[in-house]
Amino acid sequence: MNNFVILPILLPLLAAVLLIFMNKNILLQRWFSALASFAAVIVAGLLVQSVFTDGIQTLYVGGWEAPFGITLVADQFASLLVLTTAIIGFLTILYSFRTIGKGREKYFYYPAVQFLLVGVSGAFLTGDIFNLFVFFEVLLMASYVLIVLGGTKIQLRESLKYIVVNIISSALFVIAVAYLYAVTGTLNMADLSVRISEMQDTGIITVISILFLIVFGLKGAIFPLYFWLPGSYYAPPAPVAVLFGALLTKVGVYAITRVFTLIFTQDTGFTHEVLMWMSALTILFGVIGSLAYWDVQKIIIYNIITAVGVILIGVAANTPAALQGSIYYLLHDMIIKAALFMLGGILFVIAGTNNLKKMGGLIKRYPLAGWLFLISAVSLAGIPPFSGFVGKLKIAEGTFTAGRFGMALLVLLSSLLVLYSIVKIFIFAFWGEEKDMDKEEKPDIKKMVYPVVLVLLLSLAIGVGTEFAAPYIHQAADTLQYPQKYIEAVLKE
Amino acid sequence: MNGHDTNDLILQTITKVTSFIILLFSFHLFLAGHNNPGGGFIGGLMTSSAIVLLLLAYDLKTVRQALPINFIYVAAAGLLIAILTGVGSFLFNVPFLSHSFGYFQLPILGKTELATAVLFDIGVYLVVVGITMTIIQTIGEKE
Repeated sequence: MNNFVILPILLPLLAAVLLIFMNKNILLQRWFSALASFAAVIVAGLLVQSVFTDGIQTLYVGGWEAPFGITLVADQFASLLVLTTAIIGFLTILYSFRTIGKGREKYFYYPAVQFLLVGVSGAFLTGDIFNLFVFFEVLLMASYVLIVLGGTKIQLRESLKYIVVNIISSALFVIAVAYLYAVTGTLNMADLSVRISEMQDTGIITVISILFLIVFGLKGAIFPLYFWLPGSYYAPPAPVAVLFGALLTKVGVYAITRVFTLIFTQDTGFTHEVLMWMSALTILFGVIGSLAYWDVQKIIIYNIITAVGVILIGVAANTPAALQGSIYYLLHDMIIKAALFMLGGILFVIAGTNNLKKMGGLIKRYPLAGWLFLISAVSLAGIPPFSGFVGKLKIAEGTFTAGRFGMALLVLLSSLLVLYSIVKIFIFAFWGEEKDMDKEEKPDIKKMVYPVVLVLLLSLAIGVGTEFAAPYIHQAADTLQYPQKYIEAVLKE
Repeated sequence: MNGHDTNDLILQTITKVTSFIILLFSFHLFLAGHNNPGGGFIGGLMTSSAIVLLLLAYDLKTVRQALPINFIYVAAAGLLIAILTGVGSFLFNVPFLSHSFGYFQLPILGKTELATAVLFDIGVYLVVVGITMTIIQTIGEKE
């Protein structure tokens, strides 16, 4: 029994409810949501440390022991993701102060952000597959609100597509859970893992596992299920795009990682092969998209898809190094996508357009933003000493160990193209002659930039302090590699 | 639906009687939830349906005068109550959302079972009433 495990879910939930009562007072909402998020960061940090020193933490909600009640499980993988989520939530709220606008702040923007954080943290911490569905719905409902809030034409159009796709995938999720429940008779993830490993006939389990891959693939945007993402993420304003790009697809990636390392480990020759090829194609199509566009937001959006593919190739290779690499890269990618979307939003404020061909010479007037963009670009591509390096190195190493040379080369080659796509933004937006954008007025971006500085400092800290982060990541990868530890912690066998 | 031009005497008279019966029934459903079919969700929906009947018989403005409540806050208060029943478990050092019950001698009702799960259900009830009424009122007043 450890009530501490629920605090990363409880704090934003309480904050969200209290913020509803404060909806008239924008200043109070800002301060309160920032403070609550900061508290959530501290709590998540303490959770990571306690998992590190005392092993996997579990909480039987309501005192009903597993597998009969709902269990919350904080292993190191989930705890690290919760910490990253809390940090990104906090910095996005700081970024929102100057960017989201009073109109949206009055209509429950901050409560929706907090509810989104509740859903994401809850999805990471739950140890029950139906509870995972519920937390998915919590974060999706909040994201529906955020994507449509403001009610511009493009938001209305894209939110309709987004909602339709997610309702279909949620229905598929329920169907998949129903099948799994019919076959095994349990919903607790650890218990599911035990029962499935005891089963003789695994054909139906393989079918269900592919159904789960489709469900989480729709949430996490893997090929060929990513079609909804470029439009939907293009619609909302910058701070919302930060939250979406940094957190939402990663929950799908987390769910795929969790179920394919814990539950569906029977027929890995088939399921992991499918996952491997889908991830490879995800990388390919993500890279093609990011090279094709001349639009800042679209380039960043297609880079999300590429990163999802890179992370999942590590999961599919399923060697210790590859799993560690995936975790490194997952954490890195959440942070760096937040930085890129924030900078994308700032670029739009400066230039008044997303079209690269209409920008130019911004570095003369905005040197800080320019250099920050360059740093995040090289970090995204995985150049040391920034955070993207270790993850990709480990994924490549693990994939080579698994004997998948083609896939490893694809990961390495994708870095080059990612670098090209993102440096294209830097070259065309910041170098060259100044184009006449609106020369008289010079938007003040000082107060928008400092959350980006904090995000990039964090990214640099992970890159430089890899030695410090390594024990945590190893512990996280260890639990994924040996699900027995997870099962023992939950079922106390 | 304006009461000035049309004569809704029969509808309005019956509504005055019926809405109270519906409210009582919804309250009964809410309390019956532990041992019989019912509970916060269906009770909350029934209560909202009584208010919706009032909205049909009268108009938005009249009902708002009779019930000067912002239903968004009702939903938020319900959420807060539900969360606080969970947080209460922190005080007793038991897992989150642990519930307890006991038997009490109440003045009129005699020996009664009181459970903390009812507090959570009050939260559900308020959320359902709050959300349903917010949706209906918001759609109703849009031109």
